Amino acid sequence: MTSILVIGETDDAGLTAPTLELLGAASRLSGDLGGGVAIALIGSGLGDAAAAAGPAGADTVYTADSDSLATYQTDSYLPIAQGIVEQDSPAVVLMSQSSMGRDLAPRLATRLGSAAIMDSLGLEVDGDRVKATRSCYGGNARQVVTVQTDPQVITVRPKSQDPLEADASRSADVIAIDIAEPTLRARTTGKEQAESDGIRLEDAEIVVSGGRGLGGPEAFADLERLAGVLTAAVGSSRAACDLGWYPPSQQVGLTGTVVSPTLYVAIAISGASQHMAGCGGSKNIIAINKDPDAPIFGFSRFGIVDDYKKVLPALESAFAAALD
Amino acid sequence: MDVIVCVKQIPDPETPAAAFKVDEQAMQVLPAQGISPVISPFDAQAVEAALRIKDVSGDGSVNIISLGPDSARDAIKHSLAMGADEGYHLKDDAFEGGDAWTTALALSKAIQHIGTPDVLIFGRQAADWDQGTVGSIVAELLDLPSATVLRAVELSGDSITVSRVVADGFENIELPTPCVLTISNEFGDPRYPQLRQIMQAARKQVTELTAADLGLDASEVGAAGARVQMHALFQPTSDVEVEIIEGDTPEEKAAGLVNALREAKIL
Repeated sequence: MTSILVIGETDDAGLTAPTLELLGAASRLSGDLGGGVAIALIGSGLGDAAAAAGPAGADTVYTADSDSLATYQTDSYLPIAQGIVEQDSPAVVLMSQSSMGRDLAPRLATRLGSAAIMDSLGLEVDGDRVKATRSCYGGNARQVVTVQTDPQVITVRPKSQDPLEADASRSADVIAIDIAEPTLRARTTGKEQAESDGIRLEDAEIVVSGGRGLGGPEAFADLERLAGVLTAAVGSSRAACDLGWYPPSQQVGLTGTVVSPTLYVAIAISGASQHMAGCGGSKNIIAINKDPDAPIFGFSRFGIVDDYKKVLPALESAFAAALD
Repeated sequence: MDVIVCVKQIPDPETPAAAFKVDEQAMQVLPAQGISPVISPFDAQAVEAALRIKDVSGDGSVNIISLGPDSARDAIKHSLAMGADEGYHLKDDAFEGGDAWTTALALSKAIQHIGTPDVLIFGRQAADWDQGTVGSIVAELLDLPSATVLRAVELSGDSITVSRVVADGFENIELPTPCVLTISNEFGDPRYPQLRQIMQAARKQVTELTAADLGLDASEVGAAGARVQMHALFQPTSDVEVEIIEGDTPEEKAAGLVNALREAKIL
């Protein structure tokens, strides 16, 4: 019997990092709920990912593997996910708070006669319910909630859960799902890939981020130079993205990417709650801001109170000398 | 093209963190002194998206629905002042204590009551609870195609072409009508109502609808019908103590920071 079904995601490297985190969370929770962990993989060329799911914590793997499923589309994924949940009848369905999870979870939950809790940070079992702690009010508050109907559909914020150590001796039963030709109403016709000449934001050990206080888009070139010295990715606050200073794909925050690097360098970022929702999990935050009362200093381990324009060149050479 | 936009009035999300207070016992956010509630910013962008559709198509209507207490009227009035045509306020004590499911259920009944339009638009999430599910639930209840978290919406003949924000770029999606769209912050700034429009909107009638008007029993909506239960609401605390790196020149400060990072074994 399955207690938790993870709806996983894959990329060229196999299971995505958030999917491994979901399997880790599912393994921990399933002990208290009683029952196994299953994963549903919908996509194309799923062989390697399916093989990795057992060692990562799954007992059962459902695969819906077809060229027509290479890209997530609501109308093609939704009936397959529904079919797998109905076949497996789990108590809990976990998804990542990803582009797919945001779109799929509420429709799937509704179709199953239940409801979804989005963007959970913490999960714990209470009787037959999973209590989820989630951020709300733009990160200013936390709430603890349960879904009272079944199945309990919950999306989980990336980086909030730990994956298991892969155990190669573990294997899972793989069940291939028959795929009916989907009726597409909304149709994905193309994709504009964000330019990614640098390090991926969510993978970076160091992130250098800039905000509205930079005063204009030109300053991001200086941030990119500093990032080059530190082998860091460059992020941006929502304010700076909304002003068109930096691409939305680089936005760190509640409505952007969640990062948890070893070092997060916040430059001319005030530290609004919705930004901290995206970087609050960083192991160390350092802030450079000319306003000594900026909220960002309340989250930072080290701070410099000064105009970033003066500090940045000095910092670039100091880091370059230190890392030489 | 006829468009309906669903909006919500919320505590101003720009409220400074220091002024943000929670009543943990009542599990409610306390109104911040001197800071007025606003239309959820994503919802104002949804209204903007609807008005642009109307501008381009040259005919049709933009109607507004909001579920909530008396204050919801202000979100409707703001939308009317932006240029929307008619407002509908779902107002009933029975709606209190509801969740995304009961809200979406009532909205979907109201949409059917008014007449399903060509396009239904929502903000990507209400900037209070940040769930981001109501638009998708309504789409499911009305069995309509949907596209969420959009930065651009364009009419192309009878269909709608949208650009969806995803982690590594943008997806182009084509939808038939009727359909459901949710708008993200990347869409751009909504128009700001002028004084004359605000005066006109103030005089406009807003139609009030109760649960009974929508054919809903009190047991289906509000706290009675909710599928998600809240057990606690609190403010997170940060236990980080910042060390400000001092120095007479930017060079000294930079060197001090690099040293501190080294000593803390971060570098």
